Amino acid sequence: MTVERTIAQDVEANVREHQEHDEAGNSKFGFIVFLLSESVIFLSFFTGYIIYKTTTSVTDWYPLGVTGLETREPLINTIVLVSSSFVIYVAERYLHDKKLWGFRIFLLTTIAMGSYFLFGQAVEWRGLPFSYTSGTFGGTFFLLTGFHGLHVLSGIVLQLLMLGRSFIPGNYDNGFFGVEATSLFWHFVDVIWIALYVLIYVWQ
Amino acid sequence: MTNISIEAPEVVRGQPYPGAPDNWKRFFTFSTDHKVIGIQYIVTSFVFYLIGGLFAMIMRGELITPEADLVDRTVYNALFTMHGSVMLFFWTFPVLVGLGNYLVPLMIGARDMAFPRLNAVSFWMIPIAGILMMSSFLVPGGPSQSGWWAYPPVSLQNPTGNLINGQVLWILSVAISGVSSIMGAVNFVTTICRMRAPGMTWFKTPAFVWAVLAAQLIQLYGLPALTGGAVMLLLDLTIGTSFFNPEGGGNPILYQHFFWFYSHPAVYVMVLPAFGTFSEVLPVHARKPLFGYRVIAASSLIITVISSAVWVHHMFASATPSWMRMFFMVTTMLVAIPSGVKVFGWVATVWGGKIRFTTPMLFALGGISNWLFAGITGIFLGSAPIDLHVHNTYFVVGHFHYVLYGAIVMAIYAAIYHWFPKMTGRMYYEGLGKLHFVLTYIGTALIFLPMHPLGLMGMPRRVASYDPEFAYWNVVASIGGFLLGLSTLPFILNMVSSWIRGEKVGNNPWRAYGLEWLTSSPPTVENFEETPIVISGPYGYGRHQPLVEHAPNPGLTDFPESFTKQPSS
Repeated sequence: MTVERTIAQDVEANVREHQEHDEAGNSKFGFIVFLLSESVIFLSFFTGYIIYKTTTSVTDWYPLGVTGLETREPLINTIVLVSSSFVIYVAERYLHDKKLWGFRIFLLTTIAMGSYFLFGQAVEWRGLPFSYTSGTFGGTFFLLTGFHGLHVLSGIVLQLLMLGRSFIPGNYDNGFFGVEATSLFWHFVDVIWIALYVLIYVWQ
Repeated sequence: MTNISIEAPEVVRGQPYPGAPDNWKRFFTFSTDHKVIGIQYIVTSFVFYLIGGLFAMIMRGELITPEADLVDRTVYNALFTMHGSVMLFFWTFPVLVGLGNYLVPLMIGARDMAFPRLNAVSFWMIPIAGILMMSSFLVPGGPSQSGWWAYPPVSLQNPTGNLINGQVLWILSVAISGVSSIMGAVNFVTTICRMRAPGMTWFKTPAFVWAVLAAQLIQLYGLPALTGGAVMLLLDLTIGTSFFNPEGGGNPILYQHFFWFYSHPAVYVMVLPAFGTFSEVLPVHARKPLFGYRVIAASSLIITVISSAVWVHHMFASATPSWMRMFFMVTTMLVAIPSGVKVFGWVATVWGGKIRFTTPMLFALGGISNWLFAGITGIFLGSAPIDLHVHNTYFVVGHFHYVLYGAIVMAIYAAIYHWFPKMTGRMYYEGLGKLHFVLTYIGTALIFLPMHPLGLMGMPRRVASYDPEFAYWNVVASIGGFLLGLSTLPFILNMVSSWIRGEKVGNNPWRAYGLEWLTSSPPTVENFEETPIVISGPYGYGRHQPLVEHAPNPGLTDFPESFTKQPSS
């Protein structure tokens, strides 16, 4: 019976080893492919925005009583969000060096910066004199910033999960693909925001 | 202690995980085995095929007389919308994904897909999305009536005023199947790029795998654009934005761009695996290597690139500027080159071969002949001057049904018959298979050929009633349609009875080259006991080159002698 079990375990291990052949590498590759695909959704929204803006007459583009968007607060928001990309990178380096507390502190900082961004956007939304039903400008503005905001929120949820997992002993001893993926996602969200900021706030 | 059985720990054939049911019940479980998932996809999509086919039968019944007498116009609108949507989103896409799921890991010498659980989730979203779409028959106002393309402003009409209406359910259903497709595409691309067996370089990878890779790349760049458009349409419908609503300053033509940016390349998502099937079936049944294998493989990727720049040929009549018409006319014509290269490769493959006219071979040859015809009418439609003349007529309907049914569905049948012995270990009944082919081929010609003269005569599409001068060809088409409906009966009978008590034929009844034939039929859960080491390209008929270093399943010997390298001692 014991020998049978040993053979069974061997076969199982052999199967598992083959199946899990560089699973982390596969996951990373797959995640990057997914993000590239995801970026096309943003690209289609960006294209829509550009087409609406360039085919609508200048006077009809902004809703009645609106002359443009305030850029100062969003710029501060942008600086905070883009800086957080460096902070999460530092967190990742700490984890790489197996310094868990450093990882936790810098990840928490990233979460705080992301939350500040979301809060800032909520304040901006509240103060706007137009809504998503205000023509194609209103619609695309809320679509773009809202869809991006959803991504920021997802990124924060992922970071909270990764933070929680760091308190489970030994969780990150054998690789930390989850953290790498979260970090990649965060960089992605930042790059999209830069394009979005230029498109909506700079090009007025 | 002396009674040790080495076989004991082996997982039972086809059993997805230890302890899983080893009978038909496993197909109803959340299995992570790519082979079980593949068959789940194929069978589920076939059920939707029958539903979509039933809608088509009712439509052909309606069109047998010029008056709208069988169903009223709103029902007819719902029928053609549901027919197109079901056939594309729940039959052709998923059945090809199912074939890919079953075959790709076997063909590349992998034990499973890269992400088995994601794979299972991708599958289970399909029946959920399909049921959601079917449920629109139960809501007030019935299903969407705006066609499978859901063009605004027609799709923005909501006469019932309810938030839950046929159009909203349609969008949600398409979105779910879209998410499933994107997850599937990530899985396929990762599997093919990273999990090929040692020695399997790109130009030793079977043409079918190339085709699946190319098709899935299109999903990755195209589908998100449609998703973007669908989100905007949903917001217009539900919360009152005006992206596509002209009354609020929106632009309905932009939706057409989003839609066709994906939906034209989507044709290649379906055609490319069909091409891959032809490339696999012909060499086996003609006993010759695939002619121009490298060019055929590479042309799949070339189609991927060109097809991303052809979408506006669907919009020649949508107030498209002349320069744009010219540009997209040229790019559309360019697709004919890699497609033509493939056809020449297939002709040269069977040329002078020892052809066995088995059912899969007949379906492959029939599919290629239909594809040729569809390709030629495609050139007509790609030319802006002719397209403007026949736009929105039955000529277009005839053309794309020749592509979708004549070529793609025929290829799907060829694939199912060809790999049936691999999936079940049993052979189908050849007589029933040939009867199925004859009925299908004649039915296809009878229903879709008359649509071309009808279109040239000026009969518009999407109408329940028509001028009596179109009656003759409509009667012929309807007879063909009923024949096609009838043709599925011998197929179902064949599949069910052969699976239960067909002749057991061993692991490689076709004496075919290819890694999938090196394993047992049906394959064990881990596919290969030892990782195959590939030493030459596929399609080695008559070349006497060994395919792999050693038998990956050492107990199996019923493949051609030259299949594996003989030990030197």
